Amino acid sequence: MALPANALTSQSDAEALVARVVKQSKADAVHVNLQSTYTTNLRFAANQMSTSGAVTDAQLVVTSAFGAKHAIATTNDLSDASIARVIASSEALAKLAPDDPESMPELPKQSFQSVPAYFEATANVSPEDRARAALAALAPARAAGDVNAAGFLIVNATATVVGNSTGLFAYHRSTNANYTITVRTTDGTGSGWAGAEHPDWTKIDFAATSAHALEKARASRSPKAIEPGRYTVIFEPQAVGDLVQLIGFYLDARSADEGRSPFTKTGGGNKVGQKIVDTRVTLLSDPRDDQLLDTPFDNEGLPLGRQVWIDKGALQQLQYTRYWAKKSKQPATGNPGSIKLQGTGPTQTIDEMIASTQRGVLVTRLWYLREVDPRTILYTGLTRDGTFLIENGKISAAVRNMRFNDSPLFMLANLDAMGQPVRVAGTEAGGAVVMPPIKVHDFNFTSLSEAV
Amino acid sequence: MDAGVKALLMDALNAAKMAGAGYADARIGHYRNNFVITREKQIIQVVDTDTMGCGVRVLVDGTWGFAATRSLTPDGVASAAKDAVAIAKANRIARDRAVELAPTPSVGEVSWTSGYTTDPFTIPIEQKADLLIKANTEALKVASVKFVNSSMFFVKEDKNYANTDGAVINQLMVRSWLPMQITAISADNSDFQIRTNTIQPMGRGYEYLLEQDPIGNAGKWGEEAAQKLKAKPVEVGRYDLVLHPSHLWLTLHESVAHPTELDRANGYEANYAGTSFVSPPEKMLGKFKYGPEFMNVQGDRSQSGGCATTGYDDEGVQPETFLVIKNGVVNDYQTTREQAMWLKWWYDSQGRPTRSHGNSYADNWNDVQFQRMPNVSLLPGEKDLVWEDLIAATDSGIAIIGDGSFSIDQQRYNAQFGGQLFYEIKGGKIVGMLKDVAYQMRTPDFWNSMDMIGGKRGYMLGGSFFDGKGQPGQVNAVSHGVVPARFRQINVINTGRKA
Repeated sequence: MALPANALTSQSDAEALVARVVKQSKADAVHVNLQSTYTTNLRFAANQMSTSGAVTDAQLVVTSAFGAKHAIATTNDLSDASIARVIASSEALAKLAPDDPESMPELPKQSFQSVPAYFEATANVSPEDRARAALAALAPARAAGDVNAAGFLIVNATATVVGNSTGLFAYHRSTNANYTITVRTTDGTGSGWAGAEHPDWTKIDFAATSAHALEKARASRSPKAIEPGRYTVIFEPQAVGDLVQLIGFYLDARSADEGRSPFTKTGGGNKVGQKIVDTRVTLLSDPRDDQLLDTPFDNEGLPLGRQVWIDKGALQQLQYTRYWAKKSKQPATGNPGSIKLQGTGPTQTIDEMIASTQRGVLVTRLWYLREVDPRTILYTGLTRDGTFLIENGKISAAVRNMRFNDSPLFMLANLDAMGQPVRVAGTEAGGAVVMPPIKVHDFNFTSLSEAV
Repeated sequence: MDAGVKALLMDALNAAKMAGAGYADARIGHYRNNFVITREKQIIQVVDTDTMGCGVRVLVDGTWGFAATRSLTPDGVASAAKDAVAIAKANRIARDRAVELAPTPSVGEVSWTSGYTTDPFTIPIEQKADLLIKANTEALKVASVKFVNSSMFFVKEDKNYANTDGAVINQLMVRSWLPMQITAISADNSDFQIRTNTIQPMGRGYEYLLEQDPIGNAGKWGEEAAQKLKAKPVEVGRYDLVLHPSHLWLTLHESVAHPTELDRANGYEANYAGTSFVSPPEKMLGKFKYGPEFMNVQGDRSQSGGCATTGYDDEGVQPETFLVIKNGVVNDYQTTREQAMWLKWWYDSQGRPTRSHGNSYADNWNDVQFQRMPNVSLLPGEKDLVWEDLIAATDSGIAIIGDGSFSIDQQRYNAQFGGQLFYEIKGGKIVGMLKDVAYQMRTPDFWNSMDMIGGKRGYMLGGSFFDGKGQPGQVNAVSHGVVPARFRQINVINTGRKA
């Protein structure tokens, strides 16, 4: 039972569907988004199989506009009658809606880069393949006797379509496989996490990922308490991703210009051009980057290319919607979902970072990150699933988890060293996130947690 | 139930049985949302979403399988049923223990409708937009208030369920919410402050939003945003906290409701949401002192207006009301049919039958059902005390209104909560506003420090439309009934860092 026939809309069917909506539309302008998906998943926990599933679904989104009035209606039923209904429904809503003074005309025809993000091996993963992947974690965990494994595997194939009444048409197919595992020791004192993500299922090493989590669980047993405070911290790529991905959510140019963003300049305007973090830091989005392989257009059909948000420590670019771009006489950037932190200058491995650390903390991942102060991207959250003390260039002990109150901007301003970026699998928001391990000084831990 | 829908459910169950399922249930749901989104004096977007499909869950030889399809034809649902069985059979190679379900009396063919007076889907868009823009305009009359984002969010679910134990259930439910975010900005752009989370989401209709009088109250909320710009930064230290129900519901949610989910306690959410310090159950039930003797916390799905209120859960069980915390001690966990069996020893020792509390829920037709939170509520104290009585009884402390930033560890020990409005209490009176306040706590110490609690008059429901759990992630709408309460000597930090 692999990818069911017709689960993903083909390009020719998508073109026909957009043409049909445009033909049936009575609005001044009509915009179509269609996403069809086939998603399979498997969970295990407490060394047992848990729930597993397969879902075939689609979402057709029709936006109708009459002058400055517009509205959206959606359906997942792609029958002729349903399509007619959703067009009529969006038109009826739009006619009743008040004028939107910021409404923008539909984009004309665009050209898009192609991104090779679709892998047959991923689309055609079978229930047996998934069960064997689970067994690669469960069999060693059961045999070990001193651990419990909990994991999750999700595989999807997606076709994404955008079209409109002014000739725009965009089509993109992608796949993704994501695997995460937490191994806990049965004495309740140790927990280790590992994850892997790739558009190509064959690139995920289930046995190695599971073994990594198991080693971490054992190494993190019986943690000792250290005094909270300012520490030199080595963050593994997952932990970097947990915090640095957040910067991407604050890049809206309009909020900065309106005075309600961390990138607002006191006295007015925004901080573009100002140094905001260490000069070795570059933060970018690029759908064609080999490690990101993201959709090359946004929901409006705006082509997405390479965008450098922070260039060598300086704020280089904020995100402009089409409306704010027009008003500010800037190019529209759209709002890419993927993000990559890339260093300039020499890199270090995690082992090298540890070796050069007199006293510090090694963090596997962070958890329950929540905004505390939007003026500085100050967040709180906790370490989780493998936190260690470094003394005299070596890991000396497992330590208790700690709560932090800090900002990814402060963290990247206090940079000591950076490694090679890798794709991470477990950020709270998801999406394609590529991050290096980093070492920083004066990271702010504010309290201890007894949680394992 | 519609005869066509019922026939499809039976097609799915029959196909599952023919393919080898020992137990199966099928759900056909029609889920609608309506959003009206505004900022300042203009509309941003109007959205109607509509999704329908069928999810089939099967047990084959003690192993779960699930498949869902948007194809609502006899062949489509039968194909999903066969896929679910194929998944369960494939997973048999990795099975260790067989899943067992607690017996449940079949409810037969029944229906249920949630308590609402006005169906929000019958209210014209222009009427909704007009109300929001009028409310925004009131808030914008405050000099430093520069921005207001507001929206209406309505949910309507037509849920149809059948299982191989004979249940056939149709339920119709409506939920309504009006989120509003008011931003005040200082004259030199050096500071901004936000007032939000003013209206709680509720399992009611349009009448509920009108009762909240957003137009009448928006000016006051705008003034509060402006006052926050001039508030005094808090000094770090230990304070007595008087917590308003509009704030305390979230603390209760995170630090009592989540840790008493039985799947978390037994390690089934270890890879994502986490486990629980209220574990293992055999060391906790009837033994662990969570809080003072007057602390009683109830799980139910029957409170009027509760977001988790329902006639039947998503595996055909009629939910029951139960005490999670009884006289300050852990008394029970939230359960499904699978999980109730894990506590058979406890229910036997109490002379109670082993049955699910009815806490199974699926976010949508394409999500598999699992244990989700019922309404979990802090029951009122015996004395007739209200918010003002608790303030008057406090010599020195901080009063907190509204929920803000929240974060808690994966076992629910260490938490940090912000809020919306913070007031300094001196000599039993509010003397001024504070800002940059958050408190850090260790859950059992926090609840055991509670020394005053409000009575029935101060009881209100707070809640969320978006409580996340599970992999793939699902959200659950839930309410928490709460009274005002006082907590002694809690650690308060100042969150206003500049570098």
